[in-house]
Amino acid sequence: MALRQSPLSAAHESATLTEFGGWEMPVEFDSIRTEHEAVRESVGRFDVSHMGQLLVGGADAARVTDRLVTNDVRELAPGQACYAAITDADGVMLDDTVVDRWDIEATVTNATESLGMIAVQGPDAPGLLAGETDADLGDLDRFETTVAEVAGATALVARTGYTGERGFELIVPREAATTVWTALDCQPCGLGARDTLRLEMGFLLSGQEFHPEENPRTPHEAGIGFTVALDREFVGRDALEGVSVEGPGERLRGLELINRGVPREGYPVTTRDGDRLGTVTSGTMSPTLDRGIGLAYLPTEVGPGDTVRIEIREEPKKARVTTTPFLDR
Amino acid sequence: MNFETPEDLHYLDSHEWVRVDDGRIGITDFAQDELGDVVFVDLPDEGESVAAGEAFGVVESIKAVSDLYAPVSGTVTATNDALADEPERLNDDPYGEGWLIEVEFDESELAELLDAAAYADQIA
Repeated sequence: MALRQSPLSAAHESATLTEFGGWEMPVEFDSIRTEHEAVRESVGRFDVSHMGQLLVGGADAARVTDRLVTNDVRELAPGQACYAAITDADGVMLDDTVVDRWDIEATVTNATESLGMIAVQGPDAPGLLAGETDADLGDLDRFETTVAEVAGATALVARTGYTGERGFELIVPREAATTVWTALDCQPCGLGARDTLRLEMGFLLSGQEFHPEENPRTPHEAGIGFTVALDREFVGRDALEGVSVEGPGERLRGLELINRGVPREGYPVTTRDGDRLGTVTSGTMSPTLDRGIGLAYLPTEVGPGDTVRIEIREEPKKARVTTTPFLDR
Repeated sequence: MNFETPEDLHYLDSHEWVRVDDGRIGITDFAQDELGDVVFVDLPDEGESVAAGEAFGVVESIKAVSDLYAPVSGTVTATNDALADEPERLNDDPYGEGWLIEVEFDESELAELLDAAAYADQIA
């Protein structure tokens, strides 16, 4: 099957490309470390047009959306956004999402193919974006959104991101994506740096930290119980009320390798005696900390400060259990 | 892109090299570029033996784990300990400061390996 193409595919000619969720996307433009450091220290731009965009419009839009996500979106004012999980009737996470409330006319539409999405992230992102728009974005708080002209195109601008740095995500018409991308001239970053940046923050990746069949998890296990508003009806509510009362049996934790090495997805996590505790869901060498870091679901008896072992090629390596994020941000 | 393939080395098709002069083994310029930022190297200790075509260690970049294959059989006489703290030497200088191990080996096995021209053709 042909891979889906981003509206920015022509801008990715210099990049190494990879298949990601059915899309052909850039994984690396220069080097993961270079791109990662640009975002932590100045600013980088990401093509995230593979992210699904669902427009829900009409008189019942808020009510319908509210039924489908764990967080309360009824009271969101235009220009506000919130993070939420989408769960099944058992409270198992199917996906996570950001719900933006816009004052626009729409029906329920899968708009992914008609839109491009660009993330501009890093301490210098506000200054870079300010140079391409007349709108005052300085007042925009985290999870606030606005409509602005950026490089001559109408963009939905959200003060959101997946890196832990200040920054914005811009949703633009497909035909304007290249113009906006080119105008926001800074280090282009691929999925590789996107992954190391989000991992340092302990942010979840669908398919890694949760998967409805292979790794069914509730928001509470995944550490995003704060997105679950139980005082309303939504799919999975009753199951999650139980989880919320009893507490989850396992919890997603950070792991910092004490020995040299790199935790990777699938590596066993054990006690010092070799008893199995869990499995690494994502891991990398943290470019910022210069240390191997990973995430794993561990029994709640095991908590931050405890020392465990990660089996790397059959060899147990010492690791410390931590809270996330790994960085102070 | 053009990758360096020094004339004085013998190459394995899995992108390792051996130098007859000093018995050093490493990975090629092409290999370090494919891997990206190298962050960890796992090597055998001095005195251990390696066998031609068999894995003798592991190199990890941020994005991937790769086995290292020995171009020749022999006994390890030294390992590049500096790589523990500076694995990026593999990216910066794959034929110099980024060497991996030194081995004592029998030159009869060199006939099985690629010369610089044949290896350059392979990665072209």
